[in-house]
Amino acid sequence: MAKSKTTQKNVEDLSYEEALAELEQVVSALESEQSQLEDAIKLFERGQALAARCGVLLEAAELKVKQVVGEDIVAFEEESE
Amino acid sequence: MPQSGQTFTVSKLTFHIRKLLEENDTLQDVWVQGEISNLSRPASGHIYFTLKDANASLKCVMWKTSAMRLNLPLRDGMAIEAHGKIGVYEPAGQYQLYADQIRPVGEGALYQEFMRLKAMLEAEGLFDPDRKKNIPELPHKIGIITSATGAALRDMLNTLRRRLPLVEVILAPSPVQGTDAPPALVKAIHKLDEQGLDILIIARGGGSIEDLWAFNDERVVRAVADTMTPIICGVGHETDFTLCDFVADLRAPTPTAAAELATQITIIDLQAEIQTYKTRLASATINLIAEQKASLASLSAQLRYLSPTRLIQSEHQRVDELSRRAFMSVAYRVNLQKKYLEGTQKRLEALSPLAVLARGYAVVTRKSDGGVIFRVAQASDEMKVRVSDGEFEVKRNE
Repeated sequence: MAKSKTTQKNVEDLSYEEALAELEQVVSALESEQSQLEDAIKLFERGQALAARCGVLLEAAELKVKQVVGEDIVAFEEESE
Repeated sequence: MPQSGQTFTVSKLTFHIRKLLEENDTLQDVWVQGEISNLSRPASGHIYFTLKDANASLKCVMWKTSAMRLNLPLRDGMAIEAHGKIGVYEPAGQYQLYADQIRPVGEGALYQEFMRLKAMLEAEGLFDPDRKKNIPELPHKIGIITSATGAALRDMLNTLRRRLPLVEVILAPSPVQGTDAPPALVKAIHKLDEQGLDILIIARGGGSIEDLWAFNDERVVRAVADTMTPIICGVGHETDFTLCDFVADLRAPTPTAAAELATQITIIDLQAEIQTYKTRLASATINLIAEQKASLASLSAQLRYLSPTRLIQSEHQRVDELSRRAFMSVAYRVNLQKKYLEGTQKRLEALSPLAVLARGYAVVTRKSDGGVIFRVAQASDEMKVRVSDGEFEVKRNE
């Protein structure tokens, strides 16, 4: 599966869901396939990068709030408490 | 009918009073409004309380069979309307209300309407459990229908922010009470339902039953029942039930609880999940390397076994063996030759003229040319005579 990913995206460009889905694939590939050692190490490094990406995205996540105004959806300014 | 001025026993009089009360139709089917005090619920299951207002009080009892059907939690100070009949508890000489129904005060008409609508919608099957859609565990987009200014919205946004800040919220602001509320709520529900969101939340903070009434409006209830998007209803407090609660896919006791139910998986779970992946990643890699090491070790053992060193050693042995055999065979033949030689020598010796000489014969040769003299004519002047142990010269005598 490592080889089929010719269009492997830069980790920094992945959304949380994309990074998580790929992380899941990488881990199961590592667990199930008799990978070549070299491939396995590449997979491991990719997996680490993906896990780090997920962590960063979780850390930085900020609730996005929009609102419907007429037919449009615009940013919503919360009143400060 | 007893006469004026007549003397009664207490029992008789009490019985008479009881009859008077019990024969009065108005008193046998009455709603009484007042505030609960001295509420008592003994283990028997019957409920005892006093209803009072500013100027009077009335003892009340509700038997267990009616008490079990009560869907309103009673508490002291609560304003209610109790339905029942007036009777007399003779041992105490006390008249009291034997209550069979209790409803919140002032809700008579609203309550009747609520019950009517509830029965109708239920009969239509709008409350059926198999109509309920599953609430996604990990939503990306949540739509909220509520007032843009209430505490309910702030509570929900704070809850979502704390639990799952990855979420995108789309708010459809709407008045949540008053005559404008139902059509505005319906419009907001429809608008958000078109957005392809994962979950909708319709919510409102606590208030009186009149304040919450928009959520019992048939238009709003039907709009909630008909959403394609899973919808959670969080209106009022824990004890408030609106018809929206019954038709929503999930009922939450409060707006905050609705936000919690919309985020079953939280950021903590996601972080734990990432951690699990990290651990699996590491251990899978470690295992893989260990496997590789093990197969390397086994391969090199095989390699040693198949190594040419062994082959060379065995070839050495073969060469040794062959050369031993070669040697053996040469020695044998040399030996044979030796024996043959010895035999031949013996035969040779037997034929040697020297052996004849040993028997006393002699060989005479010419001194000049060494020719052997077989006949007299061959004799010369000087000759050599060879005997067994040497030779000597002789001269011919005439």
